[in-house]
Amino acid sequence: MAYKNLSVLVVDDFATMRRIVRKILRDLQFQEIFEAENGIEALKLLKSNKVDLVVSDWNMPEMTGLELLKQVRADDQLKHLPFLMVTAEAQKENIVEAVQAKVSNYVVKPFTPATLEEKIAKILPN
Amino acid sequence: MDVRIINPFLAAAMHVLKTMAEVDATPGKPFLKRDDVAVGDVSAIIGITGAAKGSMALIFTEPCIMGIASNLLGEEFTTMSHDVRDAVGELTNMICGDARRRLAEDGFVLQAGIPTIVAGKSHTITHIADGPRLAVPFETATGSFMVEVAFGRSD
Repeated sequence: MAYKNLSVLVVDDFATMRRIVRKILRDLQFQEIFEAENGIEALKLLKSNKVDLVVSDWNMPEMTGLELLKQVRADDQLKHLPFLMVTAEAQKENIVEAVQAKVSNYVVKPFTPATLEEKIAKILPN
Repeated sequence: MDVRIINPFLAAAMHVLKTMAEVDATPGKPFLKRDDVAVGDVSAIIGITGAAKGSMALIFTEPCIMGIASNLLGEEFTTMSHDVRDAVGELTNMICGDARRRLAEDGFVLQAGIPTIVAGKSHTITHIADGPRLAVPFETATGSFMVEVAFGRSD
């Protein structure tokens, strides 16, 4: 799979996870990879850049990934944006909450590159 | 504290390190730890609430975390940099999350906060719950680390 004309925003408060995800996305040939440390930064980036996919953590200071998802879905310009939650929050209640907030797909940490690729392929046209 | 609560954390540590960093971790014998001194060079602690209130800490020796961080991020680390400390935090986050998922399967639902990272020889770790904590030492190809959990009663 290659996503040469698409850009992606990675949101995670830990640089380690942003680096791991960025490496996988680079291998998938995304044209541009933006990064944010929390939901507030992410929203600013989304308002000022063309982004085709959001890959976001859940537990972050300032604004959680769930709150970011809700704000994206409430925004007329952003509401159809594919949104992939990549999180350690793996309990049924969390997944139900994310689905109710209209998450596009969900990856539980720890994950392999193949799992992330597979979930992206399900929500993005190639 | 029911000593069986350590098992999901033990399984989670092995699973996360294998999946994310391709590191095999071999657990030693669990024991009760009564002091706050960390047997390692860098630690992270994460608060836990819900069905029980407590915390989990991961304590790495320097050679151990250098090996794990190098595998995890695909580049060689030789000093205790910000990147290595950040990796300790994210590993703690993932191991605690995986352990909580395992505990939730038995109806024991917990939430977790955001990890705090501490580095330095013989630093101290103060768990949220009073009393002894359960500790499990692990060995990897590059050195040892420890998982500690301490739980009191829920509010």
